[in-house]
Amino acid sequence: MEVLVALSDGILVALEPLNLGLAVLGVIVGLFVGAMPGLGSVNGVAILLPFTFVIQSMTGSATSPMIFLAAIYYGAMYGGAISSITLGIPGASTAVATTFDGRPLALKGQADRALVTAAVASFVGGTISTMLFTGFAPMLASVALDFGDPEIFALMLLAFATFVGLGGDDIPKTIFSICIGLVLATVGFDIVSGEPRLIFFDSVNWFSRGIQFLVLAIGVYGIGEMLWTINSSRYGTTMTNVDVSFSRIMAALRSFPEAWKGTTIGSLLGFFVGILPAAGATPGSLMSYGVTKMVSRDPKQFGQGSIDGIAAPEAANNSASTGAMLPMMTLGIPGSPTTAVLLAGMVIWGLQPGPLLFSEQPDFVWPLIGSFYISNIVAVLVNLACIPLFLWMLRMPFTILAPLIFVLSLIGTYAAYQNPYDVWLMVLVGIAAFFLRLLDYPLAPAVLAIVLGPIAEPKLRQSLLFSDGDFSIFFTRPIAGPITVIALILIFLPLLKLIRDKIRGRRAA
Amino acid sequence: MKRAEIVTAFVLGLLSLYLMWKAGEPPSWNPDVGRFANIGMIEGEGPGSGFWPFWLSFAMLLSCIWIAINWFRGTSPQSQSKEPFLDAYGIKMLVLVGGGLIAFLVLISFLGFYAAIFFFMIYYMFVLGRHPWVTTMSVSIGLPVISFFFFDIAMRIPLPKGYLEPLFIPLYDIFL
Repeated sequence: MEVLVALSDGILVALEPLNLGLAVLGVIVGLFVGAMPGLGSVNGVAILLPFTFVIQSMTGSATSPMIFLAAIYYGAMYGGAISSITLGIPGASTAVATTFDGRPLALKGQADRALVTAAVASFVGGTISTMLFTGFAPMLASVALDFGDPEIFALMLLAFATFVGLGGDDIPKTIFSICIGLVLATVGFDIVSGEPRLIFFDSVNWFSRGIQFLVLAIGVYGIGEMLWTINSSRYGTTMTNVDVSFSRIMAALRSFPEAWKGTTIGSLLGFFVGILPAAGATPGSLMSYGVTKMVSRDPKQFGQGSIDGIAAPEAANNSASTGAMLPMMTLGIPGSPTTAVLLAGMVIWGLQPGPLLFSEQPDFVWPLIGSFYISNIVAVLVNLACIPLFLWMLRMPFTILAPLIFVLSLIGTYAAYQNPYDVWLMVLVGIAAFFLRLLDYPLAPAVLAIVLGPIAEPKLRQSLLFSDGDFSIFFTRPIAGPITVIALILIFLPLLKLIRDKIRGRRAA
Repeated sequence: MKRAEIVTAFVLGLLSLYLMWKAGEPPSWNPDVGRFANIGMIEGEGPGSGFWPFWLSFAMLLSCIWIAINWFRGTSPQSQSKEPFLDAYGIKMLVLVGGGLIAFLVLISFLGFYAAIFFFMIYYMFVLGRHPWVTTMSVSIGLPVISFFFFDIAMRIPLPKGYLEPLFIPLYDIFL
């Protein structure tokens, strides 16, 4: 009951004209970055994070800028389907699975039906997961209130371990990426001892104030990823013509219930996969597609333009994006680069993310949760109403879009701290990120690590101070113990697999 | 790709070594403390200031060695790849776009943001994108004008203007 009262108050705040306007704007930006191949939600939130300082200084609260960024995040999940269906290339990695059936259906001349199904499935997935979030988040936050430093550190270790064990990227490269992120986060003055650390080129004094998260995030996602996209998307694409009219959209809406199975599976599975760090929306949507195909009565339809095959991944990626918010909001541990940017934003706006957020900042939390509901309604309406507009925007040549993003990245980086060195560092980071990306170094763990580093290190040091330098503290406490063990298993999982394969290989020989 | 993989691993390994060395640096105001005194436990203080960055850099070094082992054994996809790291198109792209960005940065320090945006957009849209002059000019002029009114006027965040600063004073007089 308490929750419902808080939620309805929150929804009212989210409906205030400014917040509603920001939600609409955020959704439009999100739909756009989601639909544009090469751009995803993380590019959108990273490049626009500096602009939210402006919103914060205007409104004086952290709620409005967060509503804006969260709306971008949701909008992008809707937008990804647009290019998956009409171009056959996913607008974002989260919409890869949508191409499997969305594209074939579009080639059959039913692109409108595919787009409407994707939009409505996204809405259902987003709303169901928001309800699950509303139910679970306060509970999880109150459980997490008892967590001490060793528990929080163990959870962070677990977040990184999932990248190593389940991330699917090259393992030493993933470990490298995590570690360099954590190390770069220490540049500046040590908050415990006050000693300078890793201040490169001491004489020029560039690094004594540390490396700002924004500089790295915008470098990676505004410059590095863009260069990579320009390099890899050199061939032209053909866009399917979409016949959109009011009556056709209505007809597609009426036939949506046929996709109930995929929508339900995607909504539920997506949420729980989304909660896991390193999993998130992309595996969530792929898994939901697979499961829906498995339980379908007519699995042969999949890949030929099955309506369930569109609904499942689309419901799942929206649901997973809400699921990913759960550990970020309740534990202060983001599971994906986008939620890492959101967390960094909360820190910059002066909030202390973590379990205390729910008890101490209800004025922030509940309007935000309220805005999840509102943004989903806004997103489905804008999406359906503006299909022709987005199709037109998709024709925007990359030679206009790319320089615009470069300019936005540079201006945003400067405007955030008004330091010209940041802009240089940002571009250099971007170029370095481009080279690492070419060699398949995963960059998401590094971005996550830069955000978590300043939180994880004090937790580790506090824990070890408390235990007199004895690492067993992470194993002997009732909650921290199992978490640490699971984290270590995940880290060593690849090694165990290797040994198993060796033994099998020997037996076979 | 094959050569780039091992070269990168080597360079990143050197970087890790440098970071380890740098992490052990004693504070300049305390000459009695030796290098690497801060990377272990300090009595009554828990881990020292260099503990976290030093051991993480060490883990970076180990991962670089691991990447190199995978390369020598030919188990990673990059170590077997016969494709070039960057083909002719990629190199051209990097020079034109990456070079354009560096030139953009240099221009900012002389002419400030607004003029630099103008030239960068012309370069990118007209020279690289081959868009018609009308489109190019409307974006190249529109973007800095919108940015000026957004940042300098509405948000009161003055962006650097380099040597063109005097030209903006009359605008301030009118709009601020």
